[in-house]
Amino acid sequence: MVVKDKDQTLLPQALEQRNPGMALDLDWVGAAQANRSAIERRAATLPGRRSVKKEYQAAWLCRAVSCIDLTTLAGDDTAGRVRRLAAKARQPVRADILDALGMQGLTVGAVCVYHDMIAPAVAALEGSNIPVAAVSTGFPAGLSPFHLRVQEIEESVKAGAREIDIVISRRHVLTGDWQALYDEMREFRAACGEAHVKAILATGELGTLRNVAKASLVCMMAGADFIKTSTGKESVNATLPVSLVMIRAIRDYHTRTGVKVGYKPAGGISKAKDALTYLALIKEELGDAWLSPHLFRFGASSLLGDIERQLEHHVTGRYSASYRHAAG
Amino acid sequence: MSVKEIFESMDYGPAPEDASEAFAWLVDQGSSFGHFIDGAFTEGRDDFKAMNPANGEILAELTQANAEEVDATIEAARRAQTRWARMGGAARARHLYALARGLQKHARLFAVLETLDNGKPIRESRDIDIPLVQRHFYYHAGMAQLMAEELPDRAPLGVCGQVIPWNFPLLMLAWKVAPALAMGNTVVLKPAEQTTLTALLFADLCRRVGLPKGVVNIVTGDGAVGEMIVAHEGIDKVAFTGSTEVGRIIRRATAGQGKALSLELGGKSPYIVFEDADLDSAVEGLVDAIWFNQGQVCCAGSRLLVQEGIAEAFHTKLKARMAQLRIGSPLDKCIDVGAMIDAAQLEHVRGMVDGCDAGEVFRVNAQMPAEGSFYPPTLITGLAPSHELMQEEIFGPVLVSTTFRTPGEAVQLANNTRYGLAASVWTENISRALDVAPKLAAGVVWINGTNMFDAAAGFGGVRESGFGREGGWEGLRAYTKPDGRVRKLERIEPNTGEEGPEDGLDRTAKLYIGGKQARPDGGYTRGVFNPRGKRLGEVPIANRKDIRNAVEAARGAAGWSGTTGHLRAQILYYIAENLEARADEFAARIDAMKGGRQGKKEVAASVSRLFTCAAWADKFDGQAHGVPIRGVALAMKEPVGVIGAFCPDESPLLGLATVMGAAMAMGNRAVLIASEPYPLSATDLYQVLDTSDVPGGVVNLLTGAHEELAPHLAGHMDVDAVWSFSSSDISKVIEAESATNLKRTWVNNGHARDWDASNMRDFLEAATEVKNIWVPYGD
Repeated sequence: MVVKDKDQTLLPQALEQRNPGMALDLDWVGAAQANRSAIERRAATLPGRRSVKKEYQAAWLCRAVSCIDLTTLAGDDTAGRVRRLAAKARQPVRADILDALGMQGLTVGAVCVYHDMIAPAVAALEGSNIPVAAVSTGFPAGLSPFHLRVQEIEESVKAGAREIDIVISRRHVLTGDWQALYDEMREFRAACGEAHVKAILATGELGTLRNVAKASLVCMMAGADFIKTSTGKESVNATLPVSLVMIRAIRDYHTRTGVKVGYKPAGGISKAKDALTYLALIKEELGDAWLSPHLFRFGASSLLGDIERQLEHHVTGRYSASYRHAAG
Repeated sequence: MSVKEIFESMDYGPAPEDASEAFAWLVDQGSSFGHFIDGAFTEGRDDFKAMNPANGEILAELTQANAEEVDATIEAARRAQTRWARMGGAARARHLYALARGLQKHARLFAVLETLDNGKPIRESRDIDIPLVQRHFYYHAGMAQLMAEELPDRAPLGVCGQVIPWNFPLLMLAWKVAPALAMGNTVVLKPAEQTTLTALLFADLCRRVGLPKGVVNIVTGDGAVGEMIVAHEGIDKVAFTGSTEVGRIIRRATAGQGKALSLELGGKSPYIVFEDADLDSAVEGLVDAIWFNQGQVCCAGSRLLVQEGIAEAFHTKLKARMAQLRIGSPLDKCIDVGAMIDAAQLEHVRGMVDGCDAGEVFRVNAQMPAEGSFYPPTLITGLAPSHELMQEEIFGPVLVSTTFRTPGEAVQLANNTRYGLAASVWTENISRALDVAPKLAAGVVWINGTNMFDAAAGFGGVRESGFGREGGWEGLRAYTKPDGRVRKLERIEPNTGEEGPEDGLDRTAKLYIGGKQARPDGGYTRGVFNPRGKRLGEVPIANRKDIRNAVEAARGAAGWSGTTGHLRAQILYYIAENLEARADEFAARIDAMKGGRQGKKEVAASVSRLFTCAAWADKFDGQAHGVPIRGVALAMKEPVGVIGAFCPDESPLLGLATVMGAAMAMGNRAVLIASEPYPLSATDLYQVLDTSDVPGGVVNLLTGAHEELAPHLAGHMDVDAVWSFSSSDISKVIEAESATNLKRTWVNNGHARDWDASNMRDFLEAATEVKNIWVPYGD
């Protein structure tokens, strides 16, 4: 599909040059390093180095909301469930709280569903400018026949998904077959057409941080618009150390090619405080340009609830309760 | 700004730490402080002020100690010491534990007060300084508990005079006070005049937790007070952390006073980045290396050495990272760089950087506070190793950088400094890391990390960065001495006699330098006589040029330090074997020189001692410290280097064998001055060495007058340690002259040693330096 409406500002491709990719550079991939202890130290000390308070905190939390890919990826998803989620996406925070903050019109970044839920999601989000993202390519394992994985992308784009979250073949990383990973990603990207593509690395299954760094680079070389940590189905999902490795890869890619690739941590981020730490990490390591839904998304389902309570606390000065906020 | 505006700008905004509790404590104390002597605060005077360097605000009035107050303090500490030592380690452990708990319970108050007084970011005092302080007291509570069992032959030194710097006020207090107290010493501590307040808050804590009176005493004031404490005859041990310049003055001032001394001084620590490093992590490491505490860190990684092929890329990444550093109010929880300690230090740093006419100066374009002592993070690239800023400690947030081509060149450049405190090595190649780390002249090496500290791992330097370790088992030596009585050592005069012929064919004793017999530079010899005045032979009179030649030979025999313990043991066994083959001759010689019939016994003991040294050569192991990271701190025992030693007069062969054996076993090269009255055992010994495969230069033997040679050996800049067991009164001159390059000294202060007793551990520890190599891991 082709995006023509410039007002659809949530769409990355409307704002930034898309990542055209580049030839696979195995020297670069081979030189990638990631020292776990040093990375963990940086990740552990960051929350102590950066802290935002009061109205700054409220504003940052609103920014976090705008970057959420509100997600439901369950076997029991129904059209009704997806419609509820879409309603929450349109009005993520209670109207009176947004009024008090002067943040009327705040929405989440996207709604993320399985292929069969695209149609009800698109219908429910009609007119909202909120894009629908679909997980694809035999999510979460990515082990269905290759041609079917490519076809799944095409079907999802046809069904109205404007963002496709693909899963890479972990085996290509684990066996060091970077050419195969590159080729696969290239084809996925081509199948996406105008829809923008997030490459899920499933970092919890890649074994080492060095593999995460290498896989990040290869996916970007092959044209990924976003790189994303996890399916949410691995035993370890997004962590700060993994994020640090991936965004440093994004930074290097930007330095060499001038192209900004987006980042999406997914799974395991459920607290407002964690969201602030992630935003600070992005601000510190990638810069302010990435603090926006067209280059940064949280893949999260329960994060929003905690942020809502914190925002109400900011407005009223009283700690909030979850039942005071609308379910999604 | 409205939420909407911040939503657009995504600025951090202010995040101030509340300082009201700290101010309330100051006000409760009347904002005026005296000293803490014998468990109570004295009346304060308004002699000088405590000032917040971030805004110039006066925090309290402080008192400059006078001589009477210093006397009274040291007396109080003396009175308290006997009982404190006698109460036993277990009882002391309870007190140290109570202090640790107290520090934990009042952690935030200590942190905020530290930041107010010092200007360091609250993040650092809260997350680094104060937790380490607590850790030191917990750790040393354990050491007190274990002392009787694990250090049965060590005793407390007595009263410790401790003078600490302003960069880590409470942490340096903890590093000094905790081990001293654990080992049964009492302390008189002087905080730096710029940062007195947390020491006084600590004094308040001592009072509240019921520490016995007089165990911890704190006197305040400037360097003049420090001088009084250091020179005071009531002090048994001086511990100083601060500049190399002042360390040198203290070394001279305490020379010959019989005081134990440990010095933790300056540094210009290298930060080596190899091409296969995780460059982003190495850049981040630099933030903790040189922009931690505004670069006012003795072990700051202030000298960046980058492999040439990646230098440009690395500098680019570094500059980008520097742009993210936030400078501002130290009480703001969202800043990286706080205030320098005072205007004088700020001017000092500014002067050094402004005077730099080479290289390329890069400063971040950061928003600087309008008032207060702030200096922007600075990088200077392209300096030659000879440049002043590559050699001198800046003690500010200024990093200098140069490049290298090979690991060998990295080591060479890293060691091209008078200092030797710490070093960082960044590479993902473990073979390279573990090859380079032992070659670096430093007391602490961090692999893929920087500025990691813990109570379980000793901290301290080599060369002009000082001596002694703080923390770990190795740190306890600085606060204990061998248990037992001391005996006075009487001077032994050489026998005299008439200048007649000696028995048999003339044997020309020479000096033994670089594996060769050498005539003395001065061309003089003196006669050696038996007690009845009969002439036994002649020995050369070495002078300073012979010392020079011997040291040069020893320095040249560097390969010995790289040999295996197994090989060194083989050679020591071989010496013993060859000595025993000539036992009768050596025994007769000793009897001839000294009279009596103890020669045979001394030779047998010498052979046995060499066996003991050989036995230790491959067994004096280091430790793997359990530090609280995923990783290990390897406490490796390394040879000191070139050791000059005045061998005991009374025991011409056994003493020499002990000193030589210990030095050799641990991989040192030695310049040994023979027993002055009985030198022929030494000149006979070199024939044994010649036949025992001892490489040239490893052992150099000189004969001559100890008093004459002491200043030259102790003053030689290329000697790493000087020992004296001489009966000549040379302890003072050795300690004083050692200040030139702050070499390690071990002198007898006129006390006798029982050479028949082995006591090898004393020698082995003196013959080694502990280097802690931190190896964090994880893939």
